[in-house]
Amino acid sequence: MNYSAYSIKDLRKGFKKKQFSSEQVVKDCINDIKDDKLNAFITICEDEAISKAKEADKKINEGIELPLLGVPISLKDIYLTKGIKTTAASKVLNNYIPQYSAPAVEKLEESGAIIIGKTNCDAWAHGSSGENSDFGPTENPYLEGYVPGGSSSGSAVSVAKNLCFASMGTDTGGSIRLPASFCNVVGLKPTYGRVSRYGVISMASSLDSIGHFTKNVEESALILSITAGNDPKDGTTLSEKVDDYESYLKKDIKELRVGMPKEYFSDGLDIRIKNLIEQKLRDLEKLGAKIEIISLPNTEHGTECYYIIQPAEVSSNLGRYDEIRYGNGRENFGDEAKRRIMLGTYVLSSGYYDAYYKKAMQVRTLVKKDFDEAFKKVDVIITPVSPTLPWKIGEKVNDPMAMYLSDVYTVNINMAGIPGLSVPAGFVDGLPVGLQILGPHFSEGKLFQVGQAVENL
Amino acid sequence: MKAVIGLEVHIELKTKSKMFCGCSADYFGQKPNTHTCPVCLGLPGALPVPNKKAIEWCSMLGMALNCDIPLFSKFDRKNYFYPDLAKGYQISQYDEPFCLKGSINLESGKTIGITRVHMEEDTGKLIHQAIDGQDVTLIDFNRSGVPLVEIVTEPDFDNAKDVVDYLKKLQQIARYLDISNADMEKGDMRLEPNISIRKAGEAGLPNYKVEVKNINSFKFVEKSINYEIDRQTKILNEDKTPIQETRGWDENKQKTVTQRVKEEASDYRYFPEPDIPPIRWTKSEIDKLRSTLPELPQEKISRFQKQYNLSLYDTTILTEDLTTSEYFETAATAGARKISPKQIANVMINKKINIDEILPAKLIEEVTISSKKINISEEELLEAVRKILKTNPKIAQDYKKGKDSVVQFAIGQVMYIMKKKIDTEILRKLIIEELK
Repeated sequence: MNYSAYSIKDLRKGFKKKQFSSEQVVKDCINDIKDDKLNAFITICEDEAISKAKEADKKINEGIELPLLGVPISLKDIYLTKGIKTTAASKVLNNYIPQYSAPAVEKLEESGAIIIGKTNCDAWAHGSSGENSDFGPTENPYLEGYVPGGSSSGSAVSVAKNLCFASMGTDTGGSIRLPASFCNVVGLKPTYGRVSRYGVISMASSLDSIGHFTKNVEESALILSITAGNDPKDGTTLSEKVDDYESYLKKDIKELRVGMPKEYFSDGLDIRIKNLIEQKLRDLEKLGAKIEIISLPNTEHGTECYYIIQPAEVSSNLGRYDEIRYGNGRENFGDEAKRRIMLGTYVLSSGYYDAYYKKAMQVRTLVKKDFDEAFKKVDVIITPVSPTLPWKIGEKVNDPMAMYLSDVYTVNINMAGIPGLSVPAGFVDGLPVGLQILGPHFSEGKLFQVGQAVENL
Repeated sequence: MKAVIGLEVHIELKTKSKMFCGCSADYFGQKPNTHTCPVCLGLPGALPVPNKKAIEWCSMLGMALNCDIPLFSKFDRKNYFYPDLAKGYQISQYDEPFCLKGSINLESGKTIGITRVHMEEDTGKLIHQAIDGQDVTLIDFNRSGVPLVEIVTEPDFDNAKDVVDYLKKLQQIARYLDISNADMEKGDMRLEPNISIRKAGEAGLPNYKVEVKNINSFKFVEKSINYEIDRQTKILNEDKTPIQETRGWDENKQKTVTQRVKEEASDYRYFPEPDIPPIRWTKSEIDKLRSTLPELPQEKISRFQKQYNLSLYDTTILTEDLTTSEYFETAATAGARKISPKQIANVMINKKINIDEILPAKLIEEVTISSKKINISEEELLEAVRKILKTNPKIAQDYKKGKDSVVQFAIGQVMYIMKKKIDTEILRKLIIEELK
């Protein structure tokens, strides 16, 4: 059976009306994953998922209500899952079986979700295309031979191709928003510290955000209402109250002030993408939104500094993966990981620290200030997610700089720690284009409000 | 020529749980790898959450050492590779530690500057042994993540005696604060002196320094410093410069030996620990913490001198540890109006009484009794003894036959005619001497 037209709500209604069981849905999804040629999954949790589905069916029959009861979801293979192999798409961890699960995963399971599999991604979440996976690249579901965006490539594809109903990803510099944009799904990067990072393999600790992919904005709000919250195990999560996100979905956007940062609509942007996003902005204007051109003057420097701070943290975070502990020597790190380890080690070395890392952290403060200033004038900011359309697999693998530049519109959001929501904006030449909605810290509700309006256009 | 010595001391705190996770920090003598979790094993995805108590204790130690407590502080990562270091980095503090710029006064009258007091985590422990005839190295992570405080002094020492005095004072303060057992044998306190020699007429620090690592006794510190002073002086006298290196104390050979020659400064690539938000104190929080500081050794010494009218010598001994000082104060209260604090001090210090065995009140009772006996002179006593032995010749006869119990009879007789409380021990000695 094909569930592409089914939302999570529809699925749950179907369960209740006994149109199908969770077990049946899970089995259908697993078959679809097996048949799929896009290489979206590294591990399929067949036995575990089916047995969990049976339990879910029992609960459904007992009338137990849980927001994701019986709903199959997938996890980027960077989320630790107790007893289930977790590789970070790297050969270094090709046989690593965690002793514990990430609290975000536990929360989803407590809400009834069924983990159907672990998705492919760029190894250690390093990349913008999904091609850095040691388990082979994932392909774009819309055009053969094109990249799906990375690093959470398999997660975006798993939702876009209806292999599951939602997927957890991570976003350190755009790794959720970019593949969401390239695969025509909704991707949320929450505020830094909104969702616990515990049990999710760290890439760059001060930038990593724990977010997700869904088919629509409403479901994005639903998942966040489950994963968000303070976690005593993660000292960087904040005690801010978790909003009633779904209550924002019905709000209109009259008088909403929308900022359009000129730096995000300049020369490097594909004109076709520009036209598409500007059309969406005009449509929002018709609904009563006030569009304002704003400036985020440190955008360019922010991007440069991201590529100092991020590798610095990567070089330290990857230090623990050695042969003694994990059975695979450091020579198993791929080129991109090695590149970041070397870059990061260099910028942290004595004599260079002040010139690179320290300076970059100062610029980071300026980037944050840019957004703080902007949000005094506007409620949200709308920008394209990527300056280009998805590219062909292999096109940029030998040009790391070109690959890094695909992140220019996303990395500063991580530098500032603010939330960003990528929603589908249409197609150019058969390839999806996304737009991202940005707001101040903890304004996810507002992003869903605007995202819903864009989705309704 | 004059020695220039600075000290780095690590003290393990006795918090219930480890520095960044909930595991028990009481690892001594436990089965290897039983006090571990994803955090202290450095497993993928695990994150550190700092132990508030440890931070408070570290700050209190800084306060006791007269340090400034900055309102802003942070943790940093010290990156290096070693198999006992689970994460590939140690969480420590680099440029903004919890405590800065303190000082401590020594018996010699010298004041030693405290550069900083900071918080870090301990590493796992490597155990080298042979299993089935093969040399292997095992790792025990029970100690991994146990809170450590590092106290760094200025290079203000010039002799080993002052260093040992400093160490004793530091140990005493840690115990007074009740933040560490500071037990050398259990590795609660680890000492690393830096030693170099300044040539006559030279100003500033010498252009080299020798670090002696991981010494676990005050005696070895003293010996290694004295050995180094001799060794380096000889080298300098030959117009050579000692090599900058790390050495260790070899107790069997009674000398320091080369461990590692540092060709260049190690680069730990310190950077702020992104997993732990910076620590921001308010002034009132610091004041509140300061108000919880117990009376420290120096304060107690002054108070004892004043309140009990004791000498510096007596008070220093009585305040050596909290148990003794508390015992003394309880006894002084119990003995008020019966016996002077000085008498209690004398008994405690000179008679080396075992305070674990005798309760303060009982001690007072005994001291009161024995103090009354002082009224009888020895001559008077001897006279009585002779009188009894003369009137009872059988005592001497029985004693010679080996009947020791007659001594007790003689004691009773003397006591009877004296009608006074007498120190029976003195009396016994007198009788036995007379019988001989």
